[in-house]
Amino acid sequence: MSIALIMFVIFIAITLGITYWAARQSTNSAAFFAANRQLTAWQNGIAVSGDYMSAASFLGIAGLIAFNGYDGFMYSVGFLVAYLTVLLIVAEPLRNAGKYTMADVLAYRLQARPVRSMAALSTLTVSTFYMIAQMIGAGTLVTLLLSSSGIKYEAAVIGVGILMIVYVVFGGMLATTWVQIIKAILLMGGTIILSIMVLGNYGFDLGRFFDAVSHVQYTDATTHALVTKNFLEPGLLYKGGFFTKPYGGLDLLSLGLALVLGTAGLPHILVRFYTVPNAKTARISIVWAMLIIGFFYILTTFLGWGAATLVGRDFIAKNGGTNMAAPLLAQKLGGEVFFAFISAIAFATILAVVAGLTISASTSFAHDFWTNVVRRGKEQTKDEEVRVARIAAFVVGLVSIALALALKDLNVAFLVGLAFAVAASANLPVIVFSLFWKRFNTNGAVIGIATGLIASLVLIIISPSIMGIDPAGTAGAARHLIQANAIFPLNNPGIVSIPLGFLGAYLGTLLGREPSAEAQFTELNVRANTGLGAEV
Amino acid sequence: MAGANAGRPARRDLTPVVGAPTDVSPVGRSGVKPAHEQTAQEDRDMAAWDEVAAMTEFRQLVAAKIRFIVPATIFFLVYYLLLPLLVGLAPDLMKTKILGQVNLAYLFALSQFIMAWILAFIYLRQAGVFDDMVRGIIAKLRAARGGQ
Repeated sequence: MSIALIMFVIFIAITLGITYWAARQSTNSAAFFAANRQLTAWQNGIAVSGDYMSAASFLGIAGLIAFNGYDGFMYSVGFLVAYLTVLLIVAEPLRNAGKYTMADVLAYRLQARPVRSMAALSTLTVSTFYMIAQMIGAGTLVTLLLSSSGIKYEAAVIGVGILMIVYVVFGGMLATTWVQIIKAILLMGGTIILSIMVLGNYGFDLGRFFDAVSHVQYTDATTHALVTKNFLEPGLLYKGGFFTKPYGGLDLLSLGLALVLGTAGLPHILVRFYTVPNAKTARISIVWAMLIIGFFYILTTFLGWGAATLVGRDFIAKNGGTNMAAPLLAQKLGGEVFFAFISAIAFATILAVVAGLTISASTSFAHDFWTNVVRRGKEQTKDEEVRVARIAAFVVGLVSIALALALKDLNVAFLVGLAFAVAASANLPVIVFSLFWKRFNTNGAVIGIATGLIASLVLIIISPSIMGIDPAGTAGAARHLIQANAIFPLNNPGIVSIPLGFLGAYLGTLLGREPSAEAQFTELNVRANTGLGAEV
Repeated sequence: MAGANAGRPARRDLTPVVGAPTDVSPVGRSGVKPAHEQTAQEDRDMAAWDEVAAMTEFRQLVAAKIRFIVPATIFFLVYYLLLPLLVGLAPDLMKTKILGQVNLAYLFALSQFIMAWILAFIYLRQAGVFDDMVRGIIAKLRAARGGQ
């Protein structure tokens, strides 16, 4: 049995212990969906960071920076600044006026059934895209690490899926949160140690480190010639300006918009505001999260550039590809044991994030769709909502296992970008209008969510992420799904789909007036601003 | 608390009921719905929302929030979007080396982290002022109800 496998097993054992403990505590809705609203600011702050620092951040960004230098760092910047949108605009009003999901705030003064159905649909869409990306990442990682133990992709995906179902179904939000906290601490620890080791390799001389970063050698993929590039300079990934093909500058701007506005619409981040006792705690927990996340993302440059200079882009490309930059750096600097440790952290990261996504998806289904749409707000039997959520979590788990198995060869990076773009286009406009625009009504919410959802999905499908003509012989993950020239030139749809989402919500509202929604704006406004009548 | 009205705040009581049996107790719907379960229509009389909304103090609170949040949001969005804009429109400027090999592009990106942290802390301090205003509003409402 390899060291990596032993570390995986230890982590799994600890988290199952937590789940067992949490299962004995959770008996009702508030416990299952919102950890009894008893989390402290630092606990919730670390859990928010944990939810956010997914495999896409740890493995993905380190890899992007290792391969493209500065342009990869752009993700890191957007991911942090996005929290200002969360902190200043959505966190406190949502905590003051809501209960378990973002739809609670929408349904407050709009017609509950259509609005909640649409909100549940977009929540499930965002969560699913996010989740499949994590599951495929988990499968690939485990396969690479444990191939010597004979564990295959399929077995790895099924294993991750079953674990996540167990955490969520039995442990609810409490177990999910503690798994997230432990993982966030492990991840920060691993990242700090790895960064120190990188700098140690340069004698803790930042000048020498940046000298190396500005002269990175690798083999160009198309010309097969050895080239030297300055990895501190922009333009390696996003080539071309705003008006010249391939519109790299514009794509970067589009990505920036999706990141900075998308976080405030991510369902698994929004549900975290409901796990704390009040708006003030929600606010402080976001600032905690900003400190942790910011520090982490600054360190990603040391991981990425460390991998580029010490491991080498060519070596990473041959040994697992971009996503393996951080684990390979650990192997180079700390040997097999450290490699196993960092890989186990990456695995823990994926498990925890997947559990967080599952609970937000199943909460939305049970609370928004089942109780409030199907049952029209009345539970038929005691604790029906929690039971439905458990079943939903089980189904969500099975569906993601099936999708991750079927989409094995899909390039996963764009799935996460898509999740952010959908969240920014479909969720954010209606949240903002509902809180701040008196005339906003049911038509606006339904049309806004639909426009944002459809626009972002269609633009992604006709983008270069999905469409493209591959040279003969391209196989597996690198192959485009549709073999035709892309219709939409940008990889990220944000710059078009976000304005469309706002426009849809605005025009939909103008279709007619809804006196009841306008009459209840006063109440929502007082609640959102003062916390009067907020759930404790 | 016991009785059929448990969980339902007394009429026109404006304060949030701390420790109320919300759905920390089961969400069975046999009895009266707990406060947070009610739609806006159902709990219209829970607090005098219109009365609160008409208070000078409440208007001042909303105005103060807008005065802070709107400029702050515009500031950070502009500061943040300047980064991709400058990288896309003036790549050569951004490649200017400032400290050894470290160029303007990297320093500007790093400054985004500092900006985000500083703005977050300024907001935390400012939010303390908003919290005080909210407490003032609640105290005034209580006094008007004879210290309930």
